[in-house]
Amino acid sequence: MSKQQPTQFINPETPGYVGFANLPNQVHRKSVKKGFEFTLMVVGESGLGKSTLINSLFLTDLYPERIIPGAAEKIERTVQIEASTVEIEERGVKLRLTVVDTPGYGDAINCRDCFKTIISYIDEQFERYLHDESGLNRRHIVDNRVHCCFYFISPFGHGLKPLDVAFMKAIHNKVNIVPVIAKADTLTLKERERLKKRILDEIEEHNIKIYHLPDAESDEDEDFKEQTRLLKASIPFSVVGSNQLIEAKGKKVRGRLYPWGVVEVENPEHNDFLKLRTMLITHMQDLQEVTQDLHYENFRSERLKRGGRKVENEDMNKDQILLEKEAELRRMQEMIARMQAQMQLQMQGGEGDGTVHGHHV
Amino acid sequence: MMGKGTQMVRTPGVPGLHFPASLGQLSISASYIARPLICCTQLPAQLEEVGRDSRYSSSYGAMDKEYVGFAALPNQLHRKSIKKGFDFTLMVAGESGLGKSTLINSLFLTNLYEDRQLPEASARLTQTLTIERRGVEIEEGGIKVKLTLVDTPGFGDSVDCSDCWLPVVRFIEEQFEQYLRDESGLNRKNIQDSRVHCCLYFISPFGRGLRPLDVAFLRAVHEKVNIIPVIGKADALMPRETQALKQKIRDQLKEEEINIYQFPDCDSDEDEDFKRQDAEMKESIPFAVVGSCEVVRDIDSRPVRGRCYSWGTVEVENPHHCDFLNLRRMLVQTHLQDLKEVTHDLLYEGYRARCLQSLARPGARDRASRSKLSRRSTTEIPLPMLPMLPLAETEKLIREKDEELRRMQEMLEKMQAQVQQSQAPGEQSDAL
Repeated sequence: MSKQQPTQFINPETPGYVGFANLPNQVHRKSVKKGFEFTLMVVGESGLGKSTLINSLFLTDLYPERIIPGAAEKIERTVQIEASTVEIEERGVKLRLTVVDTPGYGDAINCRDCFKTIISYIDEQFERYLHDESGLNRRHIVDNRVHCCFYFISPFGHGLKPLDVAFMKAIHNKVNIVPVIAKADTLTLKERERLKKRILDEIEEHNIKIYHLPDAESDEDEDFKEQTRLLKASIPFSVVGSNQLIEAKGKKVRGRLYPWGVVEVENPEHNDFLKLRTMLITHMQDLQEVTQDLHYENFRSERLKRGGRKVENEDMNKDQILLEKEAELRRMQEMIARMQAQMQLQMQGGEGDGTVHGHHV
Repeated sequence: MMGKGTQMVRTPGVPGLHFPASLGQLSISASYIARPLICCTQLPAQLEEVGRDSRYSSSYGAMDKEYVGFAALPNQLHRKSIKKGFDFTLMVAGESGLGKSTLINSLFLTNLYEDRQLPEASARLTQTLTIERRGVEIEEGGIKVKLTLVDTPGFGDSVDCSDCWLPVVRFIEEQFEQYLRDESGLNRKNIQDSRVHCCLYFISPFGRGLRPLDVAFLRAVHEKVNIIPVIGKADALMPRETQALKQKIRDQLKEEEINIYQFPDCDSDEDEDFKRQDAEMKESIPFAVVGSCEVVRDIDSRPVRGRCYSWGTVEVENPHHCDFLNLRRMLVQTHLQDLKEVTHDLLYEGYRARCLQSLARPGARDRASRSKLSRRSTTEIPLPMLPMLPLAETEKLIREKDEELRRMQEMLEKMQAQVQQSQAPGEQSDAL
């Protein structure tokens, strides 16, 4: 905006031009200064290539020193939450990326309690944001809410496993789910199409709400519209991850070297890695918005509804709990006394029997 | 059986004697004396004929006079077994989607899973483990094999897989029980051997080794069945990863003290080639396999069984691509009979010993559980060797009644003794 003559507010070159077409630029500059933050959660059984994929997506090494536990340790372990943050910069734009990993998911023999930890983590982040939002100093709220969850599906199953269905149903109202078919280099083209279709059918059958890409605006250019259409058609994305550089057709590419050929990670004919990355980058903003407008608001309204009554109930419950516990104690004491008496009787009687049986033994 | 030519396999004990591979399934336990005895100077006509048989004449031409002829015994056994036919029961276990049915079809070149319907997701949510048996008769080169396949659909599928291996263990033990009963019965001519001779356990190539469920299952069955661990869908792994995974699994098996089937060592008089082959095969356990029933074209446009990707074609029968050939050779061509023998001599005998032991020491059980009513009588060990069937309700009732009767008798005797004591001590009592 030119303001060379304070009395003249009109630029003679462009009459009728106020200048707020420049606003997006201001937003842009401010956001570049401020930087972006994004929290991505990855969930899936171990061995499905989650960490390799994350490293491939962001071209970083978020998992430098990993100790993978043996089977015996895995039996005892419960699901844990590990959040690692990294600041990436590209062309002056800073991104503060937090990746939340869930090691131990799906490992145990009994996976019923697998996702309780994960759900409570998500709720905790919402809780914290709510608390910050209601506080005094709202300038520097750190947004640690989970904006997107990549759910890794094994390419082997014939569709979704019962654990997959149960987990997705438990979190589809709290976070944006993006289903991903992992290690897709074990699937031929036909098998891939079949599996994708089957997964989509099952998602619909169980009423699971996954993240839907927004349609391209009508004023976007054709290329963008076409890209969005392609992306939508390829969900769930079947990906292959790799951090190794292989020599193929004279150039170095990231891929996996098999005796029968080379799988290139960034080859759209081999897998949907590029599509996944495009989707994530193009729609990062949208993912954050949906988290804010839909999931967070859901959480907030639930919380506020409960909020008033919750405190009173807690106090009352405490007294009740005390009384109940005392009653329990008394009952247990009585039971123990009775059992002791019985045992004594038995021992006396038993000894009598013993002498008789002694002849036979 | 399926090889492109006959493979020579030696039988133990008789140097210089070769049998074609299909006959090699006979492992004859009698040891033959290599030196024939001096018995008679003139051979009876038939023996002479046998002696002149091309298979035997090689080393014995010079020793015709001292030839008795029992080097022909294997031949007789061979003929008998061809007539009788072979039967084999194979169990496959592992999570769904690891390629079990495809591998079985590839191994035996049959279509055992023709009318297969994969259950819908909602059905799978509530599915429990079931045991399915399928049988097929295969014939090749005049030799009939009755193959029974035991499948375990639903294994490892549900959210809570605790104790999902119990039906499998029960099934295996039921087969042993059935055989024990048949063996102890009167008519033992035609015992149907439905015992499980081998269990192919499929491990996921993704799991970074054995998962807790794998360990739990293997621990539950390793003393009851021959286990051959197999890595399914191995085309997900690069060669380096395959080696690392195999090593990891081997280490874990040793750590958890799980006894898998040990392929027997070959004899020291085998030739170097065979020994090397044998060592290679043993090194590649667990076998990393790829199965396929489709015929595709390889690089030279020859039709092979394999999987076609946009970056290349995996050939099932290419030893550089996977261990399918090794598995087939070891399982079918060379060690089928050995698996049956180990099942019979080792695992079944172990089961039988455990069964008999628990019958023979009921006194120990009495002392241990006074408060419980002992089901077994302490004085009788059942004859003739009728095994104790824990699930047989009527037998339990009979024994309980026996126990009751005995106790009542004791009480009676006690009362009688008391009565006598209260009578004049000097009187003689008829009861005594």
